Amino acid sequence: MILFVLCFVLFMIGLYGVILQRNLIKIIIGLAIMEYSVYLFLILIGYVKGGTVPIISDFFENGPFVDPLPQALVLTAIVIGLATKALLLSVAIRLYKHYGTFDIRKMNNLKG
Amino acid sequence: MIKYLLIALVLIGMGWLFLPLATEYFTPTQLNNLAANYVYGSAADLNMPNAVTSVVVTYRGLDTLGEVTVLFLATAGVGFFLKRKNSIKSKRRHGSEILKSGADLLAPLIILFGIYIFTHGHLTPGGGFPGGVVLASAFLLLLMAQEHFTFSHSVIQFTESLSGIAYVFIGLAGLLLLGLNHFLDPRWLNLGQWGKLFSAGAVPLIYSFIGLKVGSEMSGMLDSLQSDGGDE
Repeated sequence: MILFVLCFVLFMIGLYGVILQRNLIKIIIGLAIMEYSVYLFLILIGYVKGGTVPIISDFFENGPFVDPLPQALVLTAIVIGLATKALLLSVAIRLYKHYGTFDIRKMNNLKG
Repeated sequence: MIKYLLIALVLIGMGWLFLPLATEYFTPTQLNNLAANYVYGSAADLNMPNAVTSVVVTYRGLDTLGEVTVLFLATAGVGFFLKRKNSIKSKRRHGSEILKSGADLLAPLIILFGIYIFTHGHLTPGGGFPGGVVLASAFLLLLMAQEHFTFSHSVIQFTESLSGIAYVFIGLAGLLLLGLNHFLDPRWLNLGQWGKLFSAGAVPLIYSFIGLKVGSEMSGMLDSLQSDGGDE
């Protein structure tokens, strides 16, 4: 329960970064924090009381397992997140080359 | 003033609406039916210990295929935004002595570890995506340590396209050999012995190709980022 609240707090920290920061790199970091809070939330949803990793083993007790579906989703989401962050950073590099700054207040002409 | 009051009222109302979601949540003590089917079906149908891999590669294989496509698009986007200069005048600095010696020692081991992760994805935690990223991290280490280290772009592109096509063809082989409704079904290969490397049908093959694809894409991305980092 408290963990879900902490996830929400983490999400809000990321949202604060996205809304109130002026530096593009810091905005991207805020987006990343929001992403990680969502991963954490999905993993927590799949938790089963006393559960272990869903790998059936010959040597250990095959106790209650946690739900494998959110884990699979997060596994793919992490790699997608990495790729989209690289894309965002490359856009930021292009903007820096064009305007000479990362400050979004100074990127104000629409000529492209 | 009245605006802030209204905002506070709306927030309190939304909090009251969502309160039951928070208070009535309890941690489940056993798996729901779908998850139980995934966990025990992966052992019974596919002869695969790792249930997460069975979900990623088999039960939700189409998602993974789509995800590989998204990854390819993102890489293509990075390559589009960051033009590669033909004359790469390296603005990289020398790596320090510690970094160089460390990279010489560690890079082969990291590559080996990445290959281990993606070939054993059906037995142990890990799989194609983490393995590919570990491979790319070895290339990142080499890029940082050695001033004149470059990739061969044709090799990277060849590996990437070949593994992507191979993944789709493995999926199509399931369709051809097992009949309709069996796209991306790995059971057209022998299921093998429980817990061995060559078991669980085509899953190790699929994950190896995914690992190669992710690794080469990430390496290409790193290369684009570093060769275009300077000013014009």
